[in-house]
Amino acid sequence: MDMVRNIPFFSIMLAMFSGPVCSVLPGRIARAVNAAVITLIMGMSAVLLHVLNIRGESFVYMMGHFPAPWGNEIRAGVLEAGMAMFFCMVMLLSVLGGIKKLFDEVVESKHNLYYVLVGLMLSSLLALVYTNDLFTAYVFVEINTISACGLIMIRENGRTIEAAVRYMVMSLIGSAMILLGICMLYDITGHLLMSNIRESVIEMTSGGAYPEPLLFTIALMSVGLAIKCALFPFHAWLPDAYGYSTVSSAAILSSLVSKGYIFLLIKIIYRIIGFNIYGDSGVIDVLFIFGLAGMIFGSVSAIRENDIRRMIAYSSVAQIGYIFMGIGMGTQFGMVAAIFHMLSHASTKSLLFISAIGLTDVSDGSRKFEPLTGSAYRNRVAGVAFAVGALSMVGVPLFSGFVSKLLFAEAAVSLTGRMLPALIVLGISTILNAIYFMKTVIRIYTPVENDRYPVVSMKEVPLYSVVLVAFIVLNVLLGVMSDPIVELIRKGLDMFS
Amino acid sequence: MGSNLSVNYIEVIAMILFVTGFANLLLQKNLIKKIIGFNIMDSSIYLFLAVKGYITGRTVPIVVDGVTSVEAYINPIPAGLVLTGIVVSVSVSALMLSLTIRLYRRYRTLNLDEISTRLKREGM
Repeated sequence: MDMVRNIPFFSIMLAMFSGPVCSVLPGRIARAVNAAVITLIMGMSAVLLHVLNIRGESFVYMMGHFPAPWGNEIRAGVLEAGMAMFFCMVMLLSVLGGIKKLFDEVVESKHNLYYVLVGLMLSSLLALVYTNDLFTAYVFVEINTISACGLIMIRENGRTIEAAVRYMVMSLIGSAMILLGICMLYDITGHLLMSNIRESVIEMTSGGAYPEPLLFTIALMSVGLAIKCALFPFHAWLPDAYGYSTVSSAAILSSLVSKGYIFLLIKIIYRIIGFNIYGDSGVIDVLFIFGLAGMIFGSVSAIRENDIRRMIAYSSVAQIGYIFMGIGMGTQFGMVAAIFHMLSHASTKSLLFISAIGLTDVSDGSRKFEPLTGSAYRNRVAGVAFAVGALSMVGVPLFSGFVSKLLFAEAAVSLTGRMLPALIVLGISTILNAIYFMKTVIRIYTPVENDRYPVVSMKEVPLYSVVLVAFIVLNVLLGVMSDPIVELIRKGLDMFS
Repeated sequence: MGSNLSVNYIEVIAMILFVTGFANLLLQKNLIKKIIGFNIMDSSIYLFLAVKGYITGRTVPIVVDGVTSVEAYINPIPAGLVLTGIVVSVSVSALMLSLTIRLYRRYRTLNLDEISTRLKREGM
């Protein structure tokens, strides 16, 4: 039994218990401990990724004393380890980038509670990534929802509480559908472990048993997860939740929470239902169509928005649409593109949220476009970071967004029936992205005479600047070194089946 | 299709309850009614699971008179799942109720749509 096998379990536990410990420590130490724990988990996941990549194998880790059909299990492969590492990275940068703003916006007695929420969120994300048990996945989906609700409303005002209620209502509908799906799947297969369910499903489909319950189960779980990641038309709660919560929360929610659910959906597709059975079920067409609709309508709503934070939030709707379009293509290429876009969107969207807060801070805290004119000259690093994020979202070469758009286009070309709609919507959506992001970039770089707002230099906000530079580097790395990453994703997907 | 409906009438009831709770959670304006809807919805899933986990004529899996045959007992896992699910839904209900209290203290109403229009009017 070698030591690396313990890494997934200890990552989840470390993340979960770091929160309560941090909540009783004094402020600065708590911040350091929290950052250190996330960095430690990131390092451990990197080691795991390296080892698994060299050995080219995945492993199953038994939780407790009961073997396969009865006990609980953790499974780790290249894709899981890579995702865990990436989630930790984005989480660390998002928390550090918004921590100063958090301290300004939240009452002091609640500062340390934020680390509890962050720890809980990270542990639930890691558990969703690693678990091999469907019911455990459901429990962590609920933990994820609860901590996300806390993240939204830690900055307490009417808007955030209302957003949290709306978020909870949609999320509860989603998780109830997932739970019902899991119960039905358990009834027809008799298993909760993913690999055992897979065997039963293969047996059932070849024998022709229970076709309707299986289809209903697939539909329930897919739609439930789609509701939870705010796929169009279930996105009504999203702009308020992302737009009015504190900036770290907005970054975490947009870049990580929905990605955890999408990763679970991908695991369900590959490890439970089976890629071919899922592709034949018809549910995949529904995801494809709503993905395409989300790409258009999310962008149109973003263009109509006059508030920079809400604009970025609506852009998330469009980007989630891209990911679901990739899943809905029903090919391996589409799935690789979707997973790469998960990485690309996570790194870009948190960058945009955190840089936007730097721009609004030098404009009297106003989020409307009029006062933001010329703000990139007042906070240069935030201006550059926003421009990088915007260019990446539009899909300019060198940045990560370009690679994911390229992968989507390549995947679309290899399709037979769906090539035309996918390519057309991809084109239209890119143009719409360009309209609202370039409009914003041009506005923040338009010089104003007699500037009455303060100028913030990099030295005044060292941590914030470092975080933004790290995000830019991450984004460019994803864009420039995409080949090995795509190769890793492909390898990880092969390990799934 | 449909021939088993009368035999599995409890599952049918569970599904009707699920849809009832679902509609209430989604469509009611009153926050308390929403939470009640959520609880009906989740309970119906537990009913479904519990009923699926029981086989007529068998007993709880505790060996008393030395009977170790598998045929004599039911599977205990569905009951365990129901318990786990109940814990989850209780904590989520508590969270929803606390949110409701906060909103009520601020706006003196439980109507979510009214709160939304008021927030838009405040324009913050």
